[in-house]
Amino acid sequence: MPGIIGDAPTDELRRTYARRHVAGRIGVYAVAILVALGCAGPFLWSAITAFKQNRDLYNPANNPFVYNRPPTPDHMTYLFTDTAFGTFAWNTLWVGVLVVLITLVLGLPAAYALARLDRPWSGPLGIAIFLVYLVPPSLLFLSLSRMVVGVGLQDSTWSLVLVYPTITIPVSIWLLMGFLKAIPRDIEEQAMVDGHSRFGAIVRAVLPLVFPGIVAVVVFAFTLTASEFIYALAFVAPTDSMTVSTGVPTQLVRGDVFFWQSLQAATVLVALPIAFVFNLFLDRFVSGFTAGAVKG
Amino acid sequence: MSTETAAPTDAAKPSSPPYRRRIADRDGALAWIFLLPSVVYIVALVAVPFVLAIAFAASDVTAGDPSFDFVGLTNFARVLDDPVFWRSLGNTFVFTGISMVLIVVFGKVLANILVADFRGKWIVRFCVLLPWTTPVALSSISWLWLLDSIYSPIDWLLRAVGLLGPGENMYWLGEPGLAMTSVITVHVWRLTPLAAVIMMAGLVAIPRDIEEAARVDGAGYWRRMFEVTVPMVMPVIAVAALFGAIFTFTDMAVVRVLTRGGPNDATQVLSSWAFYRGIEGGDVAQGAAVALFLFPLLLAAAVAILRAVRRIEVR
Repeated sequence: MPGIIGDAPTDELRRTYARRHVAGRIGVYAVAILVALGCAGPFLWSAITAFKQNRDLYNPANNPFVYNRPPTPDHMTYLFTDTAFGTFAWNTLWVGVLVVLITLVLGLPAAYALARLDRPWSGPLGIAIFLVYLVPPSLLFLSLSRMVVGVGLQDSTWSLVLVYPTITIPVSIWLLMGFLKAIPRDIEEQAMVDGHSRFGAIVRAVLPLVFPGIVAVVVFAFTLTASEFIYALAFVAPTDSMTVSTGVPTQLVRGDVFFWQSLQAATVLVALPIAFVFNLFLDRFVSGFTAGAVKG
Repeated sequence: MSTETAAPTDAAKPSSPPYRRRIADRDGALAWIFLLPSVVYIVALVAVPFVLAIAFAASDVTAGDPSFDFVGLTNFARVLDDPVFWRSLGNTFVFTGISMVLIVVFGKVLANILVADFRGKWIVRFCVLLPWTTPVALSSISWLWLLDSIYSPIDWLLRAVGLLGPGENMYWLGEPGLAMTSVITVHVWRLTPLAAVIMMAGLVAIPRDIEEAARVDGAGYWRRMFEVTVPMVMPVIAVAALFGAIFTFTDMAVVRVLTRGGPNDATQVLSSWAFYRGIEGGDVAQGAAVALFLFPLLLAAAVAILRAVRRIEVR
């Protein structure tokens, strides 16, 4: 049949496909650009605002998207010289690092036990830990704030180090279980046959292989910690102990006066590095998420 | 399973020196040692406060008078009598319902884009991740400025194309209907990337040969989309939807930064109302009672999530 039909229709068909392909490519690029603008739009607007002079900013007749007067770095410097922004960023960083460490130290063995040691109760316990992930801060912050007062950590940044792992541990156990289940059991069995104890097998054979999962957990736990708002607002009142997420809004808004340019500068300065790091590990994160769900 | 894994190990050992049964080699004990820290921690800082929240809700504890007296269901009765509570409950459902639908639809579109191959993908992914990875308090401030009552660039655009008269403003956060739309928009904007990442995981997991088989069998794009891709991603979509729902349901940061529940409680939700009552108003008992209404609803969501996850496991 194809031979009888000849070349002309085949050519036409090929051209149709080629045209359709080009149209598809243009469509993909158009949607991609639209999506990127939609997501990053508010941050672009923040970035423009951050360098505007007051006289430019507070004139409703000015085109808000361009600099009607030369841009100024004053508000960016104000952020570092006249506010505790540096302290907030430092607090966010060390709280994040400690929480990530606690999460890994507690979560990794727990995930291993649930994924590998096949106790009869590991199924129900895994589900119970997953449920903990669903108990929201808005339900617990009242009683937790009383408990924080009880252990004498009120108004201390350490209260956040104590409490944040409640958010990060359950989800990390879940993610790590996925990564661990993707590693063949033979690996440890081989190491144990070679004379390592179970513990030695874990450290020498399993940990290196689950490293991508650990990276995913580090990034995810840090993001969750940096974004947390309710506990940070409820537990910590003194300016010096605040994190970025509560410090920036309270320090740069005085009554009805908003220091808009500095606020936007702070937003952009915090947003870009976190998204950058997360983007580096997005693929690992995605593969961990499916592994946890599909091979569960 | 454990006997199967242990058997070959033991079998390989008899000739070697007396097999030392350390604690670390007994699966049962090791499992407990590994799990105990996490379990203790979670019981101490999730289960205990949860029980405490229930106790608070049945007491008359306030910030000024922390002594505990049992008052039974009085707090719940007071909550149910409060019109603001009913308003918050209604708002919570409206916010969650609308956001969830939009998050799923946009999340699917975004996921399709993110798995496609094109130049400059890295920068697009970076932009897409921004709303989710930025601390919510800060991104809400960005929006607060975007929706400013006088200097909003959206108003400027509307004025420029003539939809608004000179000197007129929309008051995005000042009119009840618009304030609601704004809060929902920010929620959707913030959580769509998370839903997209979860769904991306689902899309990546679909074996390519199934789609190719359908293509060879002559199924067109839409047919493949609705009869192959969507049914296979359905459980993952359900997970993304419910995560989105839970995050919207329990979030108070967006509401707090953008509108503080106003105008006139038009955007008040349960979690923000509990915060005002319990922390700022100092009425711990009342706040706990309000927050407890979140739980049955979340439990229902959790059961739904687990069902969806189980369906993935079965596959």
